[in-house]
Amino acid sequence: MATDTMTNQHVAAHGGHEEHHDMTGLKMYGFWIYLMSDLIIFGSLFATYAVLHNGTAGGPSSKDLFELDFVLIETFLLLFSSFTYGMAVLAMNKDRLAQVKLWLAVTFMFGAGFVGMEIYEFHHLILEGFGPDRSGFLSSFFALVGTHGLHVSFGLLWMLIMFIQLFTKGLTDKTRPRILCLSLFWHFLDIVWICVFTFVYLMGVL
Amino acid sequence: MSTSTSHDGGSHGSVKSYVMGLILSIVLTVIPFGMVMKGGFDETTVIVTIVIMAVLQVLLQLILFMHMNLKTQEGRDSGSFVFFTAVILTLIIGGTVWIMYHLNINLM
Repeated sequence: MATDTMTNQHVAAHGGHEEHHDMTGLKMYGFWIYLMSDLIIFGSLFATYAVLHNGTAGGPSSKDLFELDFVLIETFLLLFSSFTYGMAVLAMNKDRLAQVKLWLAVTFMFGAGFVGMEIYEFHHLILEGFGPDRSGFLSSFFALVGTHGLHVSFGLLWMLIMFIQLFTKGLTDKTRPRILCLSLFWHFLDIVWICVFTFVYLMGVL
Repeated sequence: MSTSTSHDGGSHGSVKSYVMGLILSIVLTVIPFGMVMKGGFDETTVIVTIVIMAVLQVLLQLILFMHMNLKTQEGRDSGSFVFFTAVILTLIIGGTVWIMYHLNINLM
């Protein structure tokens, strides 16, 4: 919020387009730094999973649990949502508010579908007695995939807030950088998911 | 808002580049899933292939979807912290796996 007031002061003081432009760039830059720190969290969770992967404590291994066709659908939901968010940003660059809302709605549906499938998978595993308390392998699996799922859920919450702001404020100097930061966040989560499906699911059933 | 605010940071990218990113991502997703689900391939071949495909898809999306540059539009250096993160990740993941794997062998 502090940066918003700064932008306003700059714009008010100089009326300059360059100042505002620079603030958007600065916000994006700061958001990149946040994403890199988030990446280190995921890196640690991947490392934990790699270490605990074989620690099944007599319980099921990854070969027994993972269903790849299910994961493939999740992957496509997230990939399509990443693409549709890109369309929303392109619409925003052309100042087409209605299209931005439409693409964000489509993105939200895909994202919600992904989270829904993941909750179903987790619920299913826990019902069968294979919850995070069953073994080191399952603890690290739930921690890694759950952290990603939580990120996606918070991305959806952020998207809802952007909806409200688009209806109340429209495309302004304040809402535009927020949509751009959310786009980085959303694409970032798809990129993390590429690593999840490759190193956790695909390698898990080999 | 008026058009004066339209061409902000992040305005690069076009429908064409996003569609290209989507199609290539689909290909780079279907091939590894297909290889593992169908089976019948040599395990080393499968691992090497799916890791290469994953790296390609990550780079593809970083460039086509996230428009990663080594310099921001304002000329701010952004390559250094991406490089820094890569070093930290290599240390954390590589170091952890290396040490824990050897501990495992030595304790067996």
